[in-house]
Amino acid sequence: MRVTRRYRFAASHRLHSPRLSEEKNRETYGKCNNPHGHGHDYVLEISVRGPVDESTGLAVNLESLDRLVGRAVLDDFRYSNMNTRIAAFAETVPTTENVALEIRRRLAGRWTEHFSSGSPRLEKIRLYETRKNIIEVVGT
Amino acid sequence: MLITRKVEFSSSHACYNSALPEEENRRLYGESANPHGHGHNFVAEITLEGGPDPVTGMVYDLKDLKKVLNDEIVEPYDHRFLNYETPPFDKVIPTAENIVRDIWRRLRPHFAGPAVRLRSVRLYETDDLFVDYFGEEAE
Repeated sequence: MRVTRRYRFAASHRLHSPRLSEEKNRETYGKCNNPHGHGHDYVLEISVRGPVDESTGLAVNLESLDRLVGRAVLDDFRYSNMNTRIAAFAETVPTTENVALEIRRRLAGRWTEHFSSGSPRLEKIRLYETRKNIIEVVGT
Repeated sequence: MLITRKVEFSSSHACYNSALPEEENRRLYGESANPHGHGHNFVAEITLEGGPDPVTGMVYDLKDLKKVLNDEIVEPYDHRFLNYETPPFDKVIPTAENIVRDIWRRLRPHFAGPAVRLRSVRLYETDDLFVDYFGEEAE
């Protein structure tokens, strides 16, 4: 059984790579390279997979999932400037790809703290930057 | 080829196990544990898999599909308190997981033919919470 829970956070970013020239940055990232950054209402879908516990009827305890996602992701990302607030983006460009990977890394790192049996497992993450831009990362 | 039809039903449910202490119910089900129940506008997406019939061009006759979904889902579920009115939820806790399994069991016999099979059921409890089910073998 796969259970998917959707979360939202508003955050800003600027796409700019210190490894590229000013001109190459503008060419690569377009408007997203504007110097002061810009924001999105991100939508984050977390899909977990596991068997249904017959005594509770649950494949996942949503209270635990909410707590994990809150502590590992939303507390830091919500209303943040990702370039300045999130340490991982001091060097790495916070493209939606990299944001999704960072979220997966954070969830995987604290998974067993919240799901000590190892079940359910994290199956995939979907991150919507806008309604049109969606990144999906499968597996852990 | 996959074909998906959506069906909606509004029901109330209480996710509460009377064999467990109050505190444990709260820990497992949060606010859903309120024994008097609460409601949702559930949305189920039923996905069938098959090839279009060479004569009709259809994977499955959508008029027939609509009737099956109405008889098997809307009739027993819509505007009901599932714990009291819709078996097996007199005995089984109507979590989204168990509801999607019950929908699967009700629908599966209708799509057992060689031309078309039930591929998956996605059940939205809210816009922000949904479960996908692919049958007992894939649990």
